[in-house]
Amino acid sequence: MKREAREAFTTLTSTFVVLPADNVDTDQIIPARFLKVTDKVGLGANVFADWRLGPDGTPNPDFPLNRPDAAGARILVAGANFGCGSSREHAPWALVGWGLRAIIAPSFADIFKQNAMKNGLLPVAVDAAAHARLLEARRADPRASVTVDLPAQTVTLGGKPLAGFAIDPFAKECLVHGVDELGYLLDRAADIDRYEAKHA
Amino acid sequence: MTGPTTLFEKVWNEHVVREDAGAPAVLYVDLHLVHEVTSPQAFDGLRARGLRVRRPERTVATMDHSTPTLPRSLAVVDAQAEAQLAKLKANCAEFGVSLYDLDSADQGIVHVIGPELGLTQPGRTIVCGDSHTSTHGAFGALAFGIGTSEVEHVLATQCLLQGKAKTLEVRVDGRLSPGVGAKDIILALIAKIGTGGATGHVIEYCGTAIEALGMEERMTVCNMSIEAGARAGMIAPDEVTFEWLEGRRFAPKGDAWTAAVERWRTLRTDPGAKFDASVKLDASALAPMITYGTNPGMGIPVTGRVPTLESVDAGSDRAALAKALDYMGLAPGAAIAGQKVDVVFIGSCTNSRMGDLRAAAGLLRGRKVASGVRVLVVPGSKAIKRQAEAEGLDSVFKAAGAEWREAGCSMCIAMNGDQLSPGQYAVSTSNRNFEGRQGRGGRTLLASPLTAAAAAVAGKVVDPRTLMGGVS
Ligand code: SF4
Repeated sequence: MKREAREAFTTLTSTFVVLPADNVDTDQIIPARFLKVTDKVGLGANVFADWRLGPDGTPNPDFPLNRPDAAGARILVAGANFGCGSSREHAPWALVGWGLRAIIAPSFADIFKQNAMKNGLLPVAVDAAAHARLLEARRADPRASVTVDLPAQTVTLGGKPLAGFAIDPFAKECLVHGVDELGYLLDRAADIDRYEAKHA
Repeated sequence: MTGPTTLFEKVWNEHVVREDAGAPAVLYVDLHLVHEVTSPQAFDGLRARGLRVRRPERTVATMDHSTPTLPRSLAVVDAQAEAQLAKLKANCAEFGVSLYDLDSADQGIVHVIGPELGLTQPGRTIVCGDSHTSTHGAFGALAFGIGTSEVEHVLATQCLLQGKAKTLEVRVDGRLSPGVGAKDIILALIAKIGTGGATGHVIEYCGTAIEALGMEERMTVCNMSIEAGARAGMIAPDEVTFEWLEGRRFAPKGDAWTAAVERWRTLRTDPGAKFDASVKLDASALAPMITYGTNPGMGIPVTGRVPTLESVDAGSDRAALAKALDYMGLAPGAAIAGQKVDVVFIGSCTNSRMGDLRAAAGLLRGRKVASGVRVLVVPGSKAIKRQAEAEGLDSVFKAAGAEWREAGCSMCIAMNGDQLSPGQYAVSTSNRNFEGRQGRGGRTLLASPLTAAAAAVAGKVVDPRTLMGGVS
């Protein structure tokens, strides 16, 4: 069967950036005027364009992703209901294009969560207490580092356990082994044939 | 024997191809709608793997997002949009998918033409790479938005891997008062439960106020289910549904129609079926709604006041409100009525159908748009444009000083050149008031077609009920 291998996700240790606002919608993650592309490349340059860049294209120095201490961070700590709004998969493409591999937030919008996992971007939902501790740790030390362990489903902050997180077991399997879902679906062709025959 | 089931569960169960422990269900898709923005990478994916579209006859494409709404002889906004439209055309030709392109008499917003052509039918599973696919749930279909990877999955296999959603019953009883409509119901619901209030759930709208709505109004309600975070929104099909569908191009005909209606009548939540959650709304207590903030949950009655910072929880809610009001340039505690308006947009998959245009035209007839206000009226499809012109609505709009445009998404998403300038205020009948949604720096107030038309005349936010009954 035709399978496409993806970069596997097991553990990730990184500094993190904080974008505390709740309900960050996908129009902010990647504004619609950048959706006229017909491929996935280069979208990282436009991530959070209207917050990150001024109207003339100069970087806004106050935006968290632009601060010098954000350099190299591969984890974003965000507010609740992250990724609400449009179903555009350009949102995870842009976040991954910027260099992010995991988002830690109290909750995620459904379609965004699905889209993220299909692109090796791990959505990690943690409770309010753990979320608050992350924000606190980042304030105390901008180089604070977090480890997301997908096989163990845990988040560690500065070497100490912070929280566990839930993930759909199938999505986890796909991420850990770098397997894509289309291969799985294509392997179900006989079932689909039977369904279609029955419902024709 | 199975126990009582909900409408959602009935449609879901009917479409499960296979379910394995530890994996999401393989769900069959009856109808796959496609547009130019979220499909090119999916077709590329097929090509890269040497795959075909499994069921081209279950796949229907249109052009709507980046299409011009000025006369079609004029150029597309830019070379990139032009290339994207050309790519859709080439992909549809290569993979044998029927396309309602700009030259087609049936072109329009994907969620407007699906129902119009009778492709949207009760009990179907319908997906599209577009979050407002929830619109089609108005017919008792299970319809939801998907990402581009999933578009590729459906093109290749006609199936999706789906976890089963939870169910949320939204019961709206009572009678709407004059001047209050479907848009006000859904804005009031989202204001009540919040933009994440229905996350993980499929909503079923029921109750006497929902049953009393026509099909177009039901579509308006279901359309914005996603703005409450819901996976989908559904309404049980009834005589109103069947009457609306009968005779449409792709609706069953003759004996097949009779059999279909019989089958569709069973698509109802059984008495005693359990929902995971329930919310109630009293239609008779509703007033025309309008949003003041930067997400669709930030809504108030048009007679109300912008919340004060003290009125919401200290912490993230207050910070969000402060940030939203700062962006919107609105004062906490101010009455929303009287807020100056620069632009009025009547259109989008939420409110661009005949009933919407008739309501707006009814208010504008014999009146003039306030000076300095730009009004765009954009029909949802070419068919609606023709019908509106046959009824003379275009003349009403033009005589009032509004622009009458070609069908498309237009200023709902501002990809095609129709957009706000920074700082401008728009009363818009669309579905999203996110920062920059209608153009960078633009400020959107979401409302019904009636409230939008009233704002056009007054040049400011006004209770439309004060202008109803026409001019003497
Ligand atoms: S009208 Fe707006 S919300 Fe509807 S499909 Fe078009 S862009 Fe999306």
